[in-house]
Amino acid sequence: MSDVIAQATGLVKTYPPRDKRAAPFTAVDGIDFTLHRGEAFGFLGPNGAGKSSTMRMLACVSPPTAGTLRVLGLDPATDGRRIRARIGVVPQDDALDTELSVRENLLIYGRYFGLSTDVIDQRATGLLDFAQLSDKAAERVDALSGGMRRRLTIARSLINEPEMLLLDEPTTGLDPQARHVLWDRLFRLKQQGVTLVLTTHYMDEAEQLCDRLVVMDGGKIVAQGSPAELIAAHATREVLELRFGIGEQAAALDKLRQAVTGDRIEELPDRLLWYTAEGDAALAAAHTLGLAPVTALVRRSSLEDVFLALTGRTLVD
Amino acid sequence: MTTAAAPRGMALRFYRYCWLHYRRNWKGTIVISVANPLLFLIAIGAGLGTLVGSDVAALGGVSYLAFFAPGMLAAASMQNGMIESAFPVSYHRMPGRAYPVAVATPLEPVDVLNGHALFMAVKVVIGAAAFCTVMFAFGVATSPLAALVLPAAALTGFAFAMPVTAWAVTLPDVRPVQTLFKWVVMPLYLFSGTFFATTQLPEAAQHLVALTPLWHGVELCRTLTLGTATWAGSLTHTAYLSAMALAGYLLARRNFRRHLHP
Repeated sequence: MSDVIAQATGLVKTYPPRDKRAAPFTAVDGIDFTLHRGEAFGFLGPNGAGKSSTMRMLACVSPPTAGTLRVLGLDPATDGRRIRARIGVVPQDDALDTELSVRENLLIYGRYFGLSTDVIDQRATGLLDFAQLSDKAAERVDALSGGMRRRLTIARSLINEPEMLLLDEPTTGLDPQARHVLWDRLFRLKQQGVTLVLTTHYMDEAEQLCDRLVVMDGGKIVAQGSPAELIAAHATREVLELRFGIGEQAAALDKLRQAVTGDRIEELPDRLLWYTAEGDAALAAAHTLGLAPVTALVRRSSLEDVFLALTGRTLVD
Repeated sequence: MTTAAAPRGMALRFYRYCWLHYRRNWKGTIVISVANPLLFLIAIGAGLGTLVGSDVAALGGVSYLAFFAPGMLAAASMQNGMIESAFPVSYHRMPGRAYPVAVATPLEPVDVLNGHALFMAVKVVIGAAAFCTVMFAFGVATSPLAALVLPAAALTGFAFAMPVTAWAVTLPDVRPVQTLFKWVVMPLYLFSGTFFATTQLPEAAQHLVALTPLWHGVELCRTLTLGTATWAGSLTHTAYLSAMALAGYLLARRNFRRHLHP
């Protein structure tokens, strides 16, 4: 199928032990996925779920331990160079040379791809415009803000006009405004036909950007689908969040679990989550039971709730 | 990950990065790699050395300056080889620095190694050439063989740079590098025949010193400069240093792949 851009079957990544007594560490434990041209695909999961290891294998900077992987129809084990020439990578830590200027960073990176200085100059002008950094071209990178650096990293990753862009935690560490600017840029790229593959542990980011996603936990894929499908399958339309005074939560939980049938109720250290179709009705029912929460919040359920339902844990621990 | 046919010029792409990066950082190393050895040459060789008579048998009938200068050249070249490898390699291999960036592009780890090794070699040659210029200006070279002292010194530096490169790419942080300079570079510097003839040492120590790579570099440079080189001696020293460079390079190839494409 020509519209498949990457495919993995039984993909495993095991790292050798740090010392002789330790056991080898399996970061990715037999996963299957298929990525299609032009889509935005997300790997979602907590730290240590195996997302970044999967991304490194896709980026052809880490050979799979077992399973098969094809990227752009090629085998990373033998065609790493050719694959890497056609993809773009946005690492989480930016990986810019902070002592060089914005433009020099693009120049260096373009040279790695064998581009001539003329081509790099020409593309750099367009990319800096895209990244809203045109007026910063001559500045040293260490003078840029976190959001600017991330946009420069994305601009740099586009210097070879990649068919697929891999983004590892693209908005981690950015303030909300910078994050929205970035989402907008990524959305434009997608409109231009670039396949986006990203990892995140933010549910709102996955909902904003991803057409399809897989939820990873402990090196395995525990669920997959569109954000809406996952919410429909593993959560409810609304969630009622109830916070109680110190020491009152356990008693309230007992009372609710005896009285409520059908709906799922999760306990977090600081609050109860009541998964229900109608949050307001649930709150009214709670008051009828004589419960007096300190605060009560009705919200739409999100991928965060999906993850909690699937693993019993919150996403950002 | 390997690819059968490596396109040409891959290593040069990283080599060019090294120069661009160096243009912003040259002030940090120019003093220790070029100025320091020259100050030593002048202060110890031409200064303190005048207190040593030229009739001292252990010096082989030459002035202390003529004895010391080629030894200092070898020692300085060793230090340059290590400075050019240990610090930059352990720095660039960290997450977010130049190595991981480069190996996410069409460059393979071996291209990065080759490009950086070429840069190290050029820097070692430049350092040695600066020293040779001053050394020759002092008129210590008494033999046409002295023309070979520049490649000899460069080989000495490179022989140290390669194993240190292989080691530095495995380091999680820069601290062990400081330990290397304290416990390996300093003793070699002082006891490998740079400042005094190793025949002054107890016999057991002489045998030990003759096993160290710097001693071979010092002997090679000194005998070429003073015209006392023998075919057997020079070939032995050259073979020793070349083997060290080659073994280090092969180990570095393996370590670069393991650590940059884990």
